[in-house]
Parts: sequence; structure tokens; C-alpha cells
Amino acid sequence: MTDEKMRLILEVWRQDGPRAEGRFETHEITDATPEMSLLELLDRLNHKLVEEDVDPVAFESDCREGICGTCGLDVNGVPHGPEDNVPACGQHVRSFKSGDTVRFEPFRAKAFPVIRDLIVDRTGLDRIIQAGGTIAVDAGTAPDADTLQVTHDEAERALDFAGCIGCGACVAACPNGAAYLFTGAKLAHLALIPHGKQERAKRARSMVAQMEHEFGPCSQIGECALACPADIPLPAIAVVNRERIRAGFKRKAN
Amino acid sequence: MSAGAGRKRAAVGLTIDDLRVVGVALDGKVPDAHPRDAWTDRKLHYSLVNPSNRAKFKIIVVGTGLAGAGAAAALGELGYDVDVYSFHDVPRRAHSIAAQGGINSPRARKVDNDSIDRFVKDTVKGGDYRGREQDAYRLGEEGVRVIDHMQAIGTPFAREYGGQLATRSFGGVQVSRTYYTRGQTGQQLELAAAHALSRQVAAGHCKLHARQEMLDLIVKDGRAQGIVVRDLVSGKVRAQTAHAVILCTGGYGNIYYKATLAKNSNATAIWRAYKRGAYFGNPCFVQIHPTAIPLMSTWQSKKTLMSESLRNDGRIWAPRQKGDPRDPADIPEAERFYFLEERYPAFGNLVPRDVASRNIRERIEAGYGVGPLKNAVYLDFKTGIERLGVKLIRERYSNLFDMYEELTGENPYVTPMRIAPSVHFTMGGLWTDYDQMTSIPGLFVGGEASWAYHGANRLGANSLLSGCVDGWFTLPYAVPNYLAGLLGKAPLDHDDPVVAQTIAEVEDGIERLLRNNGTHGPDHFHAKLGAIMDVYASVSRDPEGLTKAIGLIRELREEFWRDVKVVGGSDRLNQELETAGRVADYLELAELLCVDALDRDESAGAHFRTDHEVDGEAKRDDEDWCFCSAWEYPADGGKHIRNFEPLTFRAVPLQQRNYK
Repeated sequence: MTDEKMRLILEVWRQDGPRAEGRFETHEITDATPEMSLLELLDRLNHKLVEEDVDPVAFESDCREGICGTCGLDVNGVPHGPEDNVPACGQHVRSFKSGDTVRFEPFRAKAFPVIRDLIVDRTGLDRIIQAGGTIAVDAGTAPDADTLQVTHDEAERALDFAGCIGCGACVAACPNGAAYLFTGAKLAHLALIPHGKQERAKRARSMVAQMEHEFGPCSQIGECALACPADIPLPAIAVVNRERIRAGFKRKAN
Repeated sequence: MSAGAGRKRAAVGLTIDDLRVVGVALDGKVPDAHPRDAWTDRKLHYSLVNPSNRAKFKIIVVGTGLAGAGAAAALGELGYDVDVYSFHDVPRRAHSIAAQGGINSPRARKVDNDSIDRFVKDTVKGGDYRGREQDAYRLGEEGVRVIDHMQAIGTPFAREYGGQLATRSFGGVQVSRTYYTRGQTGQQLELAAAHALSRQVAAGHCKLHARQEMLDLIVKDGRAQGIVVRDLVSGKVRAQTAHAVILCTGGYGNIYYKATLAKNSNATAIWRAYKRGAYFGNPCFVQIHPTAIPLMSTWQSKKTLMSESLRNDGRIWAPRQKGDPRDPADIPEAERFYFLEERYPAFGNLVPRDVASRNIRERIEAGYGVGPLKNAVYLDFKTGIERLGVKLIRERYSNLFDMYEELTGENPYVTPMRIAPSVHFTMGGLWTDYDQMTSIPGLFVGGEASWAYHGANRLGANSLLSGCVDGWFTLPYAVPNYLAGLLGKAPLDHDDPVVAQTIAEVEDGIERLLRNNGTHGPDHFHAKLGAIMDVYASVSRDPEGLTKAIGLIRELREEFWRDVKVVGGSDRLNQELETAGRVADYLELAELLCVDALDRDESAGAHFRTDHEVDGEAKRDDEDWCFCSAWEYPADGGKHIRNFEPLTFRAVPLQQRNYK
């Protein structure tokens, strides 16, 4: 623990509901410390607001270990905050210096309407999953997993894509609000699972259609992979088109 | 300690007889067959529901972690009409996702002499003989196909170069039966389960109600018949009725304020079910995980777990010199005390969690702690890296090492991690019979929310297993057995007076919080409660401290209701209101936890009473305490009522644990 106290100016987006007008509010924190996370900085602010009878800032978080994907907000215009590939809960005050201004905004994407203050609705991502990001095996019917050989490297590669925490930063980082990194990661992961291969083409058709229904197109800028706290590799965006084209030639489900 | 220090009104002189009365012996409805055959026997005698009748049954599942998502998906697959509730925005965020190291399964493919019997022995012995051995058998038996199922629905388990499933070792065990996906096993299992649930939502078998929090249970004619929920966005309170209710709402470790649990994990669903008549099993059995990142600053919002799997290749040590100010790299080997390896040569760094935690806390309290606050010991990978190389260590633990560096700014490949014990898991939970049904017919529980499987101490990698087994392979058998008796009966009418009454009581509770007009937000009281629990109800306990804690908790509860303030209204998203309700429940549950710890006049597993020890090890009392305490809510406001389910051991004879 350090005794160093920092003064930070917080500009925080306040919005009462999806259709309400939003605005920035400015607050000052004089006892921030470098090892605080940016979410703990918001905790500090909220503690102060509650003591002053002011409505605290609504924001979401849960595990605060970078795995649940619940936290998600823009910090000075960047999804999650200044450090690349780190979720908001892992971003720290040490990235700033005393006197700096830190601006908190909700993720900005057409597909993510604001619910309140810094909280947005990201269920669009899960509608892509529902469209086909699943494997149709009922409980109890699977064969012995040891009889299905999966190479070491294939399992590792599947996990590289499967690590997506579904936070939506890729969408927020994209100027078009595209969900290619998210969708591509799911398609790549499931195509590498033995049972996932059965519905590979059908899945690609339905997930891509649902993705295009709610999210924007990809211009291959690569902002998404820089923001991604799960380090989903950029080639995931190419997987979307690869799987789409592959599915186009296939008449079958696999 | 700040909470209530110096106050004289504490419950001085209270004895256990002033606090509780002993109730009745309970029947866990365990089959008489040999424990090994109990599950087969039970399944054979279960009633079934014809496929064409299943859609007529409405089932509510609360919570979408491994147990909840699994149960909902499996029951949906079978054709039941399932309604699923989660306070998250989407099901996949449930806290199962944060489990790191792995999932046990006694598939016993290697020649290290593993078997289901050995798994049961490890689990029962690890739990210090305070869980049912029949439950452990079910866990082992069904655990075999859990791996098959989770692999099939999307979990990319680690593989050996030959293409077979890889395993690793975990604490309290001398075989290698833990399946994993790097240090993110919980995430991969949870995503697979949540996606399977999505498939049932798309198919119309499950209906998802996200951002809704269960605030009460509807009980009529002695049966659980529905729940009352608050929509966390609109604030609207409403009821839903059903034929059966399944709670998979996780543990209550956040009662300690700063634990490794997610910020929103809470005890409200199980506590309110308790207040409607469901018994609470062994509330004092709380697991303190030995290796978490310690507190480093005032505003640090929680502690973060560093997986037990790290103890495979990491060595725990503290300097031999008190308050050694040197950098760890400058402390020579001879001046490092590898205290677990020296004290427990047979298990070394892989002793069970309770043993490791007590030993680490002992070192820290004796003045050998390291780090700026002297509140940690080292977990050192130097030997592991020398032996295996950086590449293999990175492959096994990279995400954990990255997470550690992200949170502390230090690189564990170069300098040892600093770790300290933290509350992590609660073995206690709602009491259930062998069918995972509570004392209220129609109310089932799965996963950490129940008391089952883990006794007084959970072995590492057994929690993902119990969540999966309950969800996919226990509740889908047990719940239909209950439903079969209700064929032809409609769910409770929403116009029933009991429904209106339960809604009204929930709304009154919300109004009471909002109108309180005190001076501090709920978090203020939560912090104070955590401080009390941390001092008196943590890795070691004694009657005097527990009695004092009960007095302090009662004072704090009064102070809460006198002085809590909830900013904002009830007709919209209001996180202060959510917190206030949860803290109010913690303030009640905390008392029961301490009463249970005071009542249980022995040491067992994680419940270490300093007045019951031999050479620093827990001393059980099988003569008087070989049972599960199942606490009943005193509706008349009288003393706590402790019922008990006697535990008998046939497959794993009672013996004192010894990891030396």
C-alpha cells in the first residue's frame, strides 16, 4: 500500500433511462491511490455520493477478476480503459497522474442501448448465441470423451477462441458497431469441438444472419482485437467470412 | 477492530442454551443399500413422468450457474416447461464462471490407482466426515459422464499430445483426477452450460427472465409453489407460481464482505427460503481458501483467488526470520521455511485447503508475513520453472499469472506471488435430503446453495463437479419423481391470497428500507459485519469470541435498521436498494452462522475450534457431533432451533484425518 494520494477529476455520464436525455456530471476525488482499479474509483465516488444523499452512478461489474465480462464502460473514449486487452476491473488508477481527468461513459454502440448511466443492454450478443451457437447433444447421450481424440494443439486453439468473456468491448471499439470478433470466436471454437462439427454450416448461416440483423459490418480495422480483454486473436473476424462462404457451398448441416 | 469496540452491551454471559433449542432427528431419506449402490437403488424406485405429460409441469429454476443452467437445460431437454430466473443480464455471467483450476472426475484411466471408491474416500475424509458418503458416491459415479457431456457441448478440455484428456492433481488427493482448461475451467464449463440453456430457450422449452431477483418463496399447503421476484430494471415486484422450485443461487461467502466471490453473489434467495421453513445445514462450515491475493489498499473491493492448481508447481514459504525486510530473491534457501512441506511431508504443498489456510494464517499472525502489509506468504514457482521450463508453466497457468500481474503489477515468473487466505466457498447451505429436496416439499436445491457433498471442507475441483452433477445428472431424476405425484394439478392460481400476501410482504420490506432515512449506505454496515466475522468466525474460532460476535452482530443489526439509508426509489434500477436487502439478510444469517459455530462443540474441517485441538490439528468429536445441523427458523421469534441428521459411515470408516 502506498500513501500517495491522487486528485482526479471524474466526468461521468448520467442517463435515467433508454429514452432519457444523457449528460456528463463532474466530480472530484482527492484520495485516489495508484493501486485502485478504475471500478474501485467509481466505488469511491459512489460512497461519497451516497454519504451526500446523491444517487450513485449505476455501473455493472461482478467477478472483478476479468472473467465474467459484466463490467464494460468507456474510459476517455476507449472501451474498458487505457490499457489494451484489459477489462475495466483490471484497469488501474496508476495509468493516470494526479490532476488528470477520467471520463466514464457507457459503451457506445447502436446495438447496446443505455439502460441507466453506464449500464447498457448487451443481450444482442446472446441472441447470436441463441441463433445457433450451441451443440445439440442432450444430457447423458455423449460418448466417452476419451474415445474422441482431439489433438493437443486443436484443444489449445479452441480455447484461444473459447476464452471470449462476452463483454461487448469489440462492438464498442468498432466504428461500425460490428460483432465479428465475438461471432467469429464462437464459430471458430465450436468448429473445433468434435460434436460441434455436425452443425457447422447451419450454425454459420444462422449466427451470421442474426449478427447482421443487429450489428454493423466489418471494415477490418482491428480495433476490436486491441480492446478485447480475452485476447481473442484478430483472425476471428476472418472466420466469420470463411464460415459463411463454407456454409454457402454446403447444402447440409455440417 | 472498529465494529462495536469498547461497547459493554455485548451479549456477555450468553450461553448456547440461551441461544438455541435442540429439535428433532431428521431423515435424509438415504437408501438402505450399501452406499456404493444407493444411487442406483434410488433411481430404480423413482416415479417417472410420461413424455407426453412433461410439458404440463411448470418448474422454476433460480440461478444460472453450473447447477442452475444445467438443471434448466436438462429438464428442458426432457420436455418440461421451465422458467429460469437470473439477476444477471445474461445467464452466462453466473459466478461458476470464475472457477479456475479444474473439475474432478474419478474416470480412473491412469494407473495411479484411482477409482470411485477412492474418490469417495478422499471426499468424505477431506470433508472430515460431516457429509453423507452416499452423496459422495453419486458425485463420483455421475462425475464420470459429466466430463463426456461437457466436452460434447463445447468445453475444450486440455489434451495430452496423444489426443487423450489431460489431468492434474489437486489438494487433499494423491492421484491425478482433475480435468481442466488452463486456469479457466469454470468459464468453459459455465459457457457450455449457459449455451445449452440458450438452446432450450430457442427451442421454447425454457423461458428466460434476466435481471430479476428472487425475493421470496411462495409456500402454500406446506409445498413450495412459486417465487416473488423484483425486476431490477423496472423495479416491479411480481410472482410466478409453479409445480416445483429449484434454487441454484450459490453460496453466502460474501457475508465476510471481502471474499473471492463476485460482488453480486448473495444469500437472499436461500435465506428467504429459510425464513419460509427450509432448514439451513451447517452454516458455520465456511471454506477459507489458502491462496488468494491479499488486501493491498483501502478501496480494494474484494480478494482474488489464485487457483489451488498452482500448488502443483508452486511452493509455499515464509522467511525464517520475523519481519524479514529483504526482497524474496535475496533470502537464501536455508532461511526460507517451506512450512507445509516440512510439517506435512506426505502431502506437502497439496494438503487440503483448511490445513493450508490455518498454517498460513499461523505464520502471518506469528509475525512472519511478507509484503508491505506483512499479510501474506510466498507462493514460489522458481523450482517449478527450473524443473519444467517457462513454456510448460505458461501453458498450465498463463491466465493466472497474467491476472496476478494485472492486479499487483508484479511478474510471478520472476518474483514469487504473495498470497493469503480468503473466504471462498460455503460448504453449508440449505439442508436437503438425498433427493436434493429441502424440508419444504417441492423446493429443491443444487450446487453451492445446498449443504450437500462437501461436509466440513470441500476438496479443490469438487465444486464444479457438484454443480454439474446436481444440474445435469441429479435434479433431472429427482424433480420428476416429486412431480409425478402432482399429475393433473394446475400450478397455484396467481389470484390466490397467499400469492398476494407474499408480494405484499416483499413490497413492505422494500418500503421499510427506502423509508429508513438513516445516515449511511448499506455498504457501511456490510463492512462492519465483515470485520466482526473476520475476527471471530474465520480460520479459528473459540466460544468466547463467538459469543462476543453474536452480541456485536445483534447490535449492528439494530444499528442498521436505525441508521441505514437507501438513496433513490423502488420504481427503477437501484443498486443501493439491491445491496440493502442483501446486507439485511447477511446480518441475520451471520448470527445463525456464529450460533452454529458456537453450538458445534468440536473441530471439524474448516470449523477449527481452538478449544478442540491436538498438536494444532482439528479434533473431531464423533461421539457427540457426527451429524448435520439443520437449523429451523423460529417463526415465533424464539431461540434458534437445531434439528440434526445423524451421519453414519460404512464405506469410509471414521478416522482422524492425517496428512502427515
